Amino acid sequence: MTAHALTVDSATAPDATAAPAVSVQGVSQVFTRGGPPVLQGVDLTVAPGEFVCLLGASGCGKSTLLNLIAGLVSPTAGRIEVSVERPALMFQEPALLPWLTASGNVELALRARGVARAARKAEAERLLEVVNLAGQGGKRVHELSGGMRQRVALARALAQDSSVLLMDEPFAALDAITRDVLHQELTRVWAEQKLSVVFVTHNVREAARLGQRVVLMGSRPGRIVREWRVDIPQPRTIEAPDVSALAGRITRELHKEISRHGH
Amino acid sequence: MAIDLPRSRRGSREGATDGRAGEDRSVVAGLDALDEAPLLPPRSGPVRVFVGSVLPPLIFLALLVGVWQLAYVARIKPPYALPGPSQVAQTFWETVQDGRAFDAIWTSLSRGAFGFVLSLAVGTLLGLAMWASRWLRAAVGPIVSGLQSLPSVAWVPAAIIWFQLSNAAIYTVVLLGAVPSIANGLLSGMKQVPPLFDRVGRVLGLSTLGRIRYVLLPAALPGYLGGLRQGWAFAWRSLMAAELITYSPKLGLGLGQLLNIGRELSQMSLVITSIVLILLVGIAIELLVFAPLERSVLNRRGLTATR
Repeated sequence: MTAHALTVDSATAPDATAAPAVSVQGVSQVFTRGGPPVLQGVDLTVAPGEFVCLLGASGCGKSTLLNLIAGLVSPTAGRIEVSVERPALMFQEPALLPWLTASGNVELALRARGVARAARKAEAERLLEVVNLAGQGGKRVHELSGGMRQRVALARALAQDSSVLLMDEPFAALDAITRDVLHQELTRVWAEQKLSVVFVTHNVREAARLGQRVVLMGSRPGRIVREWRVDIPQPRTIEAPDVSALAGRITRELHKEISRHGH
Repeated sequence: MAIDLPRSRRGSREGATDGRAGEDRSVVAGLDALDEAPLLPPRSGPVRVFVGSVLPPLIFLALLVGVWQLAYVARIKPPYALPGPSQVAQTFWETVQDGRAFDAIWTSLSRGAFGFVLSLAVGTLLGLAMWASRWLRAAVGPIVSGLQSLPSVAWVPAAIIWFQLSNAAIYTVVLLGAVPSIANGLLSGMKQVPPLFDRVGRVLGLSTLGRIRYVLLPAALPGYLGGLRQGWAFAWRSLMAAELITYSPKLGLGLGQLLNIGRELSQMSLVITSIVLILLVGIAIELLVFAPLERSVLNRRGLTATR
């Protein structure tokens, strides 16, 4: 484990003493009985308020790990503890329900949480404001651009009012400019709402841009290979020299890991 | 410039935080404005609608009547078997004037509507049950699909033996015609719901009932509507077949019975009049009920390529 102690950002430094937001201990996952393990002996702890990026080549089991943390699947072996009853989850697709408006999608999350009907409308409007979509709540899903849809999805995830936010390559399908903007939005919301974030990606620069910690996963079986503490203070930019330098180091490590499978 | 992201950000790092947030917001606003879904072509005007979709069927109809008139003049069949358009028009007008046309339409349509609502309830429940139970789907599915291709007029003799010449016999035939389509439409609509939507429901923490009510059923609506539309068509056909065969004074005068009167009197112009009336009801229901319903559902979801 290498530390890149550039500057210590005490405002966003995770609190290591508090109970972890997410704790994964010795988790293994097998999908077919007797088949190869998708995950093997994975340990991961996320402190409250920490932003962790899970990085790996496609098929390394990072999405599986996220689904396990979300409680959508149970692990074959090991223990998973999450500090909240139901973590919020964002998918690669916006996964908005097309028969509802932007506001209606957010309101459905509020309804599921048991928010009274009268309060839902105003709360949805407030959440859409948080993701810079004030006044757009009446729009239908098909009237929104890809970036706007993903922001509605973020607002819906925030409507779950969970302090743990899990994200499964949420910006992978977006163009670079929109992704840049959403990186800014996400880091702003994360800091404002003091969220604990597990962000799955295969994009090294994105991981270096966003994470306080970047965890590299290896494939077949999926396991944690290495991790980096990132002490570059936010707001960062994806093209800043220190972010690029870190991304370069992580990429070399990732390449080493991937080429082991070529033989 | 909204797109000049790196510079605006680099400048912003040194600048005040408020200024940065403001710039970010304007970049977001600019992106949203540029990225907005492309505008659909403007709705066509009344003249274009008339030329595009009203005129063609009228021209075709005129051609059809022209051919008919030619066949009549050429005496391809004797006049009692093939009356001319003008004779049929006269009978049509008489039927409308003496109120028989509206009586028959009302009798059949109210019967059809009642039978359809009944089928709707039964078909929807059956579709839901088949969706919920894998065993039931395996057991009943093939029979339900088979019933869809069985002409429901085949049930008329059985229905008459069970219920005599009564409304119950007619509704039995209508139900057996419409229920399979509605159940299958709902089932296939629910099967086509993307699994991602169900995962969304789970992630949001909706209960099983909540997921059915707020996610699955709305997602299945387009397929369900297709089933309803086919169900109505089958109900209407079955009703006509049943009315044609179960002729009895105490059953009242429906369109099928009107058609039967024409046959028994060998009055071909009344036969054609009845057929035209049956056809008109079918077209009216399609244009006034199902087409607008489907359009509004698809428009709302952005599923229509052209308006």
